[in-house]
Amino acid sequence: MEEYVVEMRHITKQFGSYKANNDISLQLGKGEILALLGENGAGKSTLMGMLSGLLQPTEGEILINGQVMKMDNPRDAKKLGIGMVHQHFMLIPAFSVLENIILGDEPTKATKINYKKAALDIKKLAEKYHLDIDINAKVRDITVGMQQRVEIMKALYRQANVFIFDEPTAALTPQEIEQLIKILRALAAEGNSIIFITHKLKEIKEVADRCVVIRMGKVIDTVQVGDTKEETLAEMMVGRKINFAVDKEATDKSETILAINKLNVEAHGLLKVKDLDMTVHSGEIVGVAGVDGNGQSELIEAITGLRKIKKGTVKLKGKELQNLSARKISEAGVGCIPEDRQNVGLILPFTIAENLVLKNYYQKPASQHGLLNYRKINELGRQLIKEFDIRSQGEKEIVGDLSGGNQQKVIVAREISANPDLLIAANPTRGVDIGAIEYIHEKIIEQRNAGRGVLLISFELDEILKLSDRIVVMHEGEIVGEINPKHTSSEELGLMMAGKTPVGQQG
Amino acid sequence: MHTKSLKGLVIPLVSVLAGFIVGAILMLIFGYDPIQNYQNLLIGSLGGIYSIGETLRNMISLILTALGFAVASKAGFFNIGGPGQYLIGWFGAIVFTLKFSYLPAILLIIGALLCGALAGGIWSMIAGILRAYFGTSEVITTIMLNYIILYVVNFAVKSWLASKGSDSSPNIVSKANLNTEFLQHITDNSTFNWGFFIALAVVGLVWFYFNKTKSGFEIQAVGLNESASQYSGISVKKTIIIAMLISGLLAGLGGAIDGLGNYENISVSNNLPNVGYNGMAVALLAAENPIGIVFAALLFSALQIGGLSISVYSNTPSEIVDIVIASIIFFVGIKYAFEIMVKKGWFKGKNKARKGGAK
Ligand SMILES: Nc1ncnc2c1ncn2[C@@H]1O[C@H](COP(=O)(O)OP(=O)(O)OP(=O)(O)O)[C@@H](O)[C@H]1O
Ligand SMILES: [Mg+2]
Repeated sequence: MEEYVVEMRHITKQFGSYKANNDISLQLGKGEILALLGENGAGKSTLMGMLSGLLQPTEGEILINGQVMKMDNPRDAKKLGIGMVHQHFMLIPAFSVLENIILGDEPTKATKINYKKAALDIKKLAEKYHLDIDINAKVRDITVGMQQRVEIMKALYRQANVFIFDEPTAALTPQEIEQLIKILRALAAEGNSIIFITHKLKEIKEVADRCVVIRMGKVIDTVQVGDTKEETLAEMMVGRKINFAVDKEATDKSETILAINKLNVEAHGLLKVKDLDMTVHSGEIVGVAGVDGNGQSELIEAITGLRKIKKGTVKLKGKELQNLSARKISEAGVGCIPEDRQNVGLILPFTIAENLVLKNYYQKPASQHGLLNYRKINELGRQLIKEFDIRSQGEKEIVGDLSGGNQQKVIVAREISANPDLLIAANPTRGVDIGAIEYIHEKIIEQRNAGRGVLLISFELDEILKLSDRIVVMHEGEIVGEINPKHTSSEELGLMMAGKTPVGQQG
Repeated sequence: MHTKSLKGLVIPLVSVLAGFIVGAILMLIFGYDPIQNYQNLLIGSLGGIYSIGETLRNMISLILTALGFAVASKAGFFNIGGPGQYLIGWFGAIVFTLKFSYLPAILLIIGALLCGALAGGIWSMIAGILRAYFGTSEVITTIMLNYIILYVVNFAVKSWLASKGSDSSPNIVSKANLNTEFLQHITDNSTFNWGFFIALAVVGLVWFYFNKTKSGFEIQAVGLNESASQYSGISVKKTIIIAMLISGLLAGLGGAIDGLGNYENISVSNNLPNVGYNGMAVALLAAENPIGIVFAALLFSALQIGGLSISVYSNTPSEIVDIVIASIIFFVGIKYAFEIMVKKGWFKGKNKARKGGAK
């Protein structure tokens, strides 16, 4: 009998009366890359939580190298050589990148932490795997993409032989994804085994050997990736046909919704947005393409009132917005799906219903005379949960208990249901499954078709190419070019993003 | 939801039990009889109308200072200013009563309580403003404010309220006393006073505030996630200041009620009133739940009042009660250890269905 590195047998995990995993079995061989595919809330993270010692199965057993093992905490799993890159980062914002990487595993010299050795080890790993990280930066100051790379480095640093990657590519740019895929291949070639969770079928096709498809806590099928088409995978996963095309009506683009003029924004003493001009018209989706960290975050924060504007104007339908309060700007008609869903978009310990009214809890019908009307709030919650297909146990469930993709849907539901004149969407489909992407895309297009303006910032070039009417490329805080998505390819866009093409001229 | 009920009950109950066990072990080691002493403690605190009256009266300021601590804590602040806010509330109420003694009783009492509460609120708000606009740590500012007010009150009492050579202000007029003859009559002359009912009403108000009002929602949002609050348009600065204001109002009200109902005057003191610190412990034991605070305050109050009689009935030093109280706080403090045990199913059986919810 062949011995597997990891074998999970008849695993069931219950949260209260709810079965998040129902009799799941899977095997992972040496040097194998196994993909795990399933809708938001299907139970992927839960299953991996048990393999990494974070959760304990209600029923079933886990075998490591043929031995039944009980893992009571992540430390046990680590000892067995299992390392996990979590979907939601487990980093301490006030610590430096270096400190975060070595946390819990510090090399010591005479009881003192040997930072020099740690830094050297990390530097070697970074070079070997071409991971670009700044080990001295504080985690709270770095971008989401960099945080993801730090999480990956944490796993590498711990010298595991089984790696679990829970949606590592959701927050990465295409270039970074390519790099990660190379890392996965290198790790597997060295004899390590890998479980890789992603919603992007292309990545599965590219790197995985086999794929386990999960739906509603049960294994639907295990397939050889080589013999299976992307469409088949997608259908197996959601249980129906997916429509990838979008339906963009002709719209009247005569009205200017957003007009930004000579905008300058600073962050940490650096000028991150430089003399930026930009317009978004009614019935138009403007895509902002760019490598992470080129001022996109600061641009969004400046428009939405979260960051001070140094110079320049921001006008919504002719009304000046610059340096108004976040609430005034939101009331003026700007909605925003933020980049960082857990730290900015949601209050995790609040219920779904409470999070859904986070921007209008103070207005009728959610409240009146300073009092909240929970009957109405919960009713509204139920409505949006249904409309946006948020998979949950009800409007009173704590948002922190939802699966990652469903947390994202809560934000999308809140922002889109407010029907803002301008919708800013930063990676709106980050971590959501194909079925939900289809739905969110439909909703964004609906906003556009209804004559509203949409500013789309995304690292998914396909998403930008598919949705945008116009694409502007942002590089080092400036718009370096504008292109028509109909007349360009991801390759050309990629080059421009790297700042390699002269200032754009097409329109 | 389940998580809350777990944290809400198992941990405090286990902590209390563990506290009593530590006390018992110590008594055994030093040759005292724990059963006899705990019996005396119970009799001394709840064994008669008089002692019940004393225990309930002692709860008043524990409840109010605990609520004050809890409100700030929900907004993410560690308000150690309870003792100072309580003291300034006490001082404010006595001053008002002395200066406006001609007012009719009801106006005099309402005015005094408002004056005390407001004084506490404003005092605490200073820390809130410093925090909101300059990012100064409220832990440090509230401690400093405690000492400032201790010396200011001492100075004011000595040089302004007290007659020459005395260390205390005159007593308030009896019509302002919350410990009315009627209450004295039905509680065997205990110090039980109307303030108890005010405190219970305030518990209801605070519960309502957190669960039903816009402002309570904002305070919790800011306490849980400042960036998300900012993003959703909540004014974080304003919310911080409001939370600290309310926090101080409550502690100040506690001082005002004790001033009118228990002390009837104010004296120069070397130390900050202990109740301010005990209120923090009560709030921690109750996991900052307003209803839980009532029960935690009852426990602490019974321990304090009953503790007085331990050394009366036996030669056991009454400090043993302080050890029990301190142990309880210690065990609440290491609740994380308990949480892990709960998660690992050490308390299986009872909580089987809930187990998975712990996170
Ligand atoms: N601690 C918990 N308490 C209650 N329910 C939970 C808890 N953790 C997860 N769940 C529920 O279990 C289900 C599976 O969640 P899980 O996070 O495993 O999904 P997932 O497949 O990783 O989805 P995604 O692709 O969105 O990340 C969800 O419905 C979720 O709400
Ligand atoms: Mg997940």
